[in-house]
Amino acid sequence: MVRIVLREREFEVRPGMTLQAALDKIAILPEAVLATRNGELIEEDEILVEGETIRLVAVISGG
Amino acid sequence: MRQHKLALCKEHYLEWVPAQTERIIRKYEMFTRHEKVLVAVSGGKDSLSLWDILIRLGYQADGLYPGLGIDEGLHYSTESRRLNEKFASERGMKLHVVDVAEVYGETIPAIAARTHRGKEKPCSVCGLTKRHVMNRIARDMAYDVLATGHNLDDEAAVLLGNTLTWSGEYLLRQGPALPGTPGLARKVKPLCRFYEREMAAYAILRGIEYVYDECPFAAGSTSIFNKQLLNDLEHERPGAKLAFYLRFLEARKAGLFAGREDVQQELQPCANCGQPTSAPGLCAFCRMVATGKAVVAPGPGQETEA
Repeated sequence: MVRIVLREREFEVRPGMTLQAALDKIAILPEAVLATRNGELIEEDEILVEGETIRLVAVISGG
Repeated sequence: MRQHKLALCKEHYLEWVPAQTERIIRKYEMFTRHEKVLVAVSGGKDSLSLWDILIRLGYQADGLYPGLGIDEGLHYSTESRRLNEKFASERGMKLHVVDVAEVYGETIPAIAARTHRGKEKPCSVCGLTKRHVMNRIARDMAYDVLATGHNLDDEAAVLLGNTLTWSGEYLLRQGPALPGTPGLARKVKPLCRFYEREMAAYAILRGIEYVYDECPFAAGSTSIFNKQLLNDLEHERPGAKLAFYLRFLEARKAGLFAGREDVQQELQPCANCGQPTSAPGLCAFCRMVATGKAVVAPGPGQETEA
């Protein structure tokens, strides 16, 4: 499985799908996050690989 | 970047953002390289990226960090100050730090609690205090212009809020550059055409260390709610946020929101701090500080430099 982490929240998705498909599955808008793999930004068409962790950086701020 | 139908590698993205910023600065006649710019920095991705970009473009840009004393749980202000000071010292840049508690005697949450302003949240106290401090430092230290890191999502969210309530006077005043008036610094927003996501990408790719955590009081705010609404729209219609904001600027320029003559308010100096105010006597900030106690007059030099 692939682990996706956004702040304190964690999700698991199947490997082999694109990042965009994974975000759709866990109901996170791509417009609201950036995704990193080992600290490097990745694109939405990137294929997710078994055993990896994708960290999402929330980009919305304000108050 | 679906709204631009553009995809760039890291190297070209890090060139594209400053080049676009330069275009925006010129298009809206924000400032020149002969003028002194004061950049209001929070420790977040937008303001630190703006400072980084202005330095790279060769502008005379110093930083200003208002220390708000918001440290419940996350040590938010402490961490913000550390990152601002680190950014400035690593680049040999001048950073003015105004600690609100040292200068005015109380932190932002304490002022909010004492004055009962803003219900359970100190956001209105925070905004009023930051505007006062930014204008005071710009005036006292003779800066030509005050630059903030507002991005397109910030601007579109405010625009949506003001449109939903038909706040005509606020709509009239919203724009990339607000001209200065006697006692009020010129204010500019050089990142106003970049999506928030683009600025986060710039900060990460540039290796700028910024505060990832949100202000603990921001949760549930109207601006974040409006941003989420706009992102839902953007998801279905790429470019919708940009078009919403740019079409508004065009409509305003064309006179759609032309103000009545009497919208222009008469301003006079505050009896305490001297900043312009439409109210007789004290300005809103000094009234707030004075609520229930003697007014603390902030003299010049009550800030430190990193």
